[in-house]
Amino acid sequence: MTLTDLANPTKFLALTARILPWLAGVTAILLAIGLYQSAMAPDDYQQGATVKIMFIHVPNAWLSMFVWGVMSVAALGTLVWRHPLADVAAKAAAPIGAAFTFLALVTGSLWGRPMWGTYWEWDARLTSVLILFLMYLGLMALWRAVEDPSRAARAAAVLTLVGAINIPIIKFSVDWWNTLHQPASVLRMGGSTLDKAFLWPLLVMAIAFSLLFITLHLAAMRNEILRRRVRSLQMMQANRVAFTSEVGTGSRDGNASQEIGAA
Amino acid sequence: MNALAALIRRDIKIALRVGGGALIGVLFFLTVTVLMPFAVGPDLALLSRLGPAILWLGALLASLLTLDRLFTADHEDGSLDLIVMSRTPLELACAAKALAHWIAAGLPLIIATPVLGLLLNLDGTATLAVAATLLAGTPALTFTGMIGAALAVTLHRGGLLLAVLVLPLSIPVLIFGVAASQAAISGSLPFGTPFSILCALSLASLVIGPFAAAASLRHGLD
Repeated sequence: MTLTDLANPTKFLALTARILPWLAGVTAILLAIGLYQSAMAPDDYQQGATVKIMFIHVPNAWLSMFVWGVMSVAALGTLVWRHPLADVAAKAAAPIGAAFTFLALVTGSLWGRPMWGTYWEWDARLTSVLILFLMYLGLMALWRAVEDPSRAARAAAVLTLVGAINIPIIKFSVDWWNTLHQPASVLRMGGSTLDKAFLWPLLVMAIAFSLLFITLHLAAMRNEILRRRVRSLQMMQANRVAFTSEVGTGSRDGNASQEIGAA
Repeated sequence: MNALAALIRRDIKIALRVGGGALIGVLFFLTVTVLMPFAVGPDLALLSRLGPAILWLGALLASLLTLDRLFTADHEDGSLDLIVMSRTPLELACAAKALAHWIAAGLPLIIATPVLGLLLNLDGTATLAVAATLLAGTPALTFTGMIGAALAVTLHRGGLLLAVLVLPLSIPVLIFGVAASQAAISGSLPFGTPFSILCALSLASLVIGPFAAAASLRHGLD
């Protein structure tokens, strides 16, 4: 089973039908374990119980950037290899990514209120994530603006690749600028500064959220493929109806040429 | 080289003559700036503090307004297809078109800035700072906006979609443009740092914009 085999939508549908229940089950189990561990994690000596927002906030924030990365790879697949599943993957990922970004913003803002004393602060990290959210919405608007899916796919692919410039800016904004948002503490040179009691639940939650994304993404891709099939069936049917009625009453082109002949 | 020079000359001529609409951007810039004192009140101290931000916002919106013209007219009369099929690389042709658009629609905004600065009670150094940052920053607006214009023309959708796609990309330019102007006015922060980042943004968009626009034209037109 290679990537080229998966290019056949029927094979893709058959494969995902088999693995989706397993994926969903593993995601649910890991989420349950992660949530339990998060709830059992000790309170922070400074932040108290609010530190537990981190276990939701950080995976969402990571996923918000990761999904754009997935879409960028899919965009390359659309533009370079014309892979038929690539534009389906890109289209299905956009709303999920927007949801992760929105949740990261909301949980961050709820965390910021007790810690920083404000729901919103115009610092570099928050602003760049907000821009990411706006770009997700713009991308979704672009997908919705065009009826022809392959045409929309190529336009969206260009925009996705241009928008990918924002991802490193978000990642390094806390290092480049002196921000209110804390700098990276998990993935950094010289090891994590996070205590083990917090690190383990966070990692479990991160894996659970990644699996959640994969599950949702595959399900959304299935829906998108089926939606396109329904669309092409409807168009074929409309075509047939139009054709039979044309044969019944005489084609319009024939009438027009007769008129031209008469003139 | 000759073909590109001809393209630039042609685009500037079309933009400046009757029906070209490049100077509408300046009129819009003036109108937005005049509207601001009505919104925030005619307090001169407040206006001179907000001045750079108002001018930058006005220039951003004015350049967005005229972006629609970058490809639409050429697409309608078919000359865009000729440009795509010609021997000149499409990336260079896009860069030439954007340059012509900036000369016709972006430069007048900068020339108008000193007059509008008077309306907002800006002193000489402040006006000079805003004009300098606009000179360094508006190419970035045009060249990133060109990506949105190319997408919009291949989708046969202009207007609002173009604005939604382009505005998030122009936020960094706005941030550093206003930061550099404020730094020059207040004098407490260094002017060079945000100004060089602004120049860097312009140079980066000078490279990325033509490639992305050419890619979307090549894949989108049929």
